[in-house]
Amino acid sequence: MWMALSYACWCISIVLALWMLYDWFKVDTTYSEETLTSSREGELEAVSETHRI
Amino acid sequence: MTVTAESAGTAVNGDRVSLLRVLGPAHVWALGVGIVLVGEFTGWNFSADKGGALAALIVCWIVGLLYTSVAMIDSEVTSTVAAAGGQYAQAKHIVGPLMAFNVALFLVFAYTMLEVSDAILLGDTIVAKAGVEGLTHNSFIAATIVVLAWLNYRGVLMTLNVNFVITAIAYISIVILFFSVSPWTQGAVLKLNELVTPNNALPYGWIGVIAAFQFGIWYYLGIEGTTQAAEEVRSPARSLPYGTMAGMITLLIAAAMTWYVCASLMPWEYLGITYYPLWDAGKLTGSPLLENLLFVATLLAALASANGCINDAARAWFSLGRDRYLPSWFSAVHPKYRTPYRSILFLLPIALAFAFIADLNQAITFSILSGVLQYTFMSINIMMFRKKWPLGTIRRGYTHPFHPLPAIVLFCLCVVTYFAIFLGFGSQLIAMTIFYFLISVWFHFYRYKFVRRGDQFTMPWPKPQGY
Repeated sequence: MWMALSYACWCISIVLALWMLYDWFKVDTTYSEETLTSSREGELEAVSETHRI
Repeated sequence: MTVTAESAGTAVNGDRVSLLRVLGPAHVWALGVGIVLVGEFTGWNFSADKGGALAALIVCWIVGLLYTSVAMIDSEVTSTVAAAGGQYAQAKHIVGPLMAFNVALFLVFAYTMLEVSDAILLGDTIVAKAGVEGLTHNSFIAATIVVLAWLNYRGVLMTLNVNFVITAIAYISIVILFFSVSPWTQGAVLKLNELVTPNNALPYGWIGVIAAFQFGIWYYLGIEGTTQAAEEVRSPARSLPYGTMAGMITLLIAAAMTWYVCASLMPWEYLGITYYPLWDAGKLTGSPLLENLLFVATLLAALASANGCINDAARAWFSLGRDRYLPSWFSAVHPKYRTPYRSILFLLPIALAFAFIADLNQAITFSILSGVLQYTFMSINIMMFRKKWPLGTIRRGYTHPFHPLPAIVLFCLCVVTYFAIFLGFGSQLIAMTIFYFLISVWFHFYRYKFVRRGDQFTMPWPKPQGY
């Protein structure tokens, strides 16, 4: 049972790693670099600063 | 063909893709306690090897004081500088870019090495339980790191929901163990008065207590990781102090219960060398149910810790990219899952490589060293923060009491811990210091010219006093 679990772990690791690589490729070829790297630290803070509860 | 995030129907902030604000205080608790709790299942007990069972208890409380100071200071600063990167963003605004660069590296090293240690622990625990010849820990290490990286890739909310559940189960298992051994009576199951006597309580004297600091850190190492969620919590000023302080209280209780049960069941000579103190305690009760519960809890604690570490290391790396301290390529946010996906993927093979080649003790030591360097910075940081922006000049989510006492206590305890690490791992301490010096030289003379200097300071604060 433990050896089977070990093989299953390798399989899951490979499948998920390949999925992440595929998704990475898909995202990077779908969106522009400007869009993907457009996050700004101060902008988020400004939103929280003006937030009203 | 490239498209904008908005036209693809993904949630964006204006034209920008940013991290998602979906977390609450419970997630902050899950992140902090999740990273730390594994230290109760292994790590803290090596302090008994350094100084005996009583030394392990003394450092439990003294290091608890160190981390209470960390939690108080962190809560004040991060509820004001609420940005991904946590202490990195704090250092950038309060001390300066070179300090910030170093702090980010401390964070990435501390969390990545802790993740590696967690994965090795999980693999070794399964191999120990199986007892099958030919079974190695490699497949379990790979699955731990890759599955958790995938979870982090897919979104922060699910990642920390999972962390909350598995951390709670691991924590409850400690409580169940504690109440199962009739802690109010000695002699039935627990034999503290026989195992810890005046003759063996401090076998190496007070120098043993000092040496025990090195592994006493493991009771609480990583609670400061809550600040990495700053940009993803709905209300940073409320959630971060609540989550961090609640986490610290939780851990102080867990640490005390863990020491009491383990020191009452195992002689210090064994307690100081076993990799599974709580699992062994479960076995020693003679209950198969408790033994299996503690086995599962050890695995869950390791998983929760590795999960939180991937989350935190990726955010620190992402923040470096966003400010161009590293190539801005690392600052990409996934337009659908809203996670720093490139940073997660970049750190994945690094963690795997260290997990396959590194020794557990080395990985733990590098993690502790980076953590202590970070705490030293925090004691200086809060002094500068209060001096540059005294109370009343900017809005703080939380103001910690007794300033500057926590900062002074923190600094002094960090110095003691450096000495303790020097006693056990002097060469690693020197090697790491040289590494950080050389990387600082590289940053100052080469990398900093790529940084957009005006853009990195984003807080809407008045000019600091004295400038």
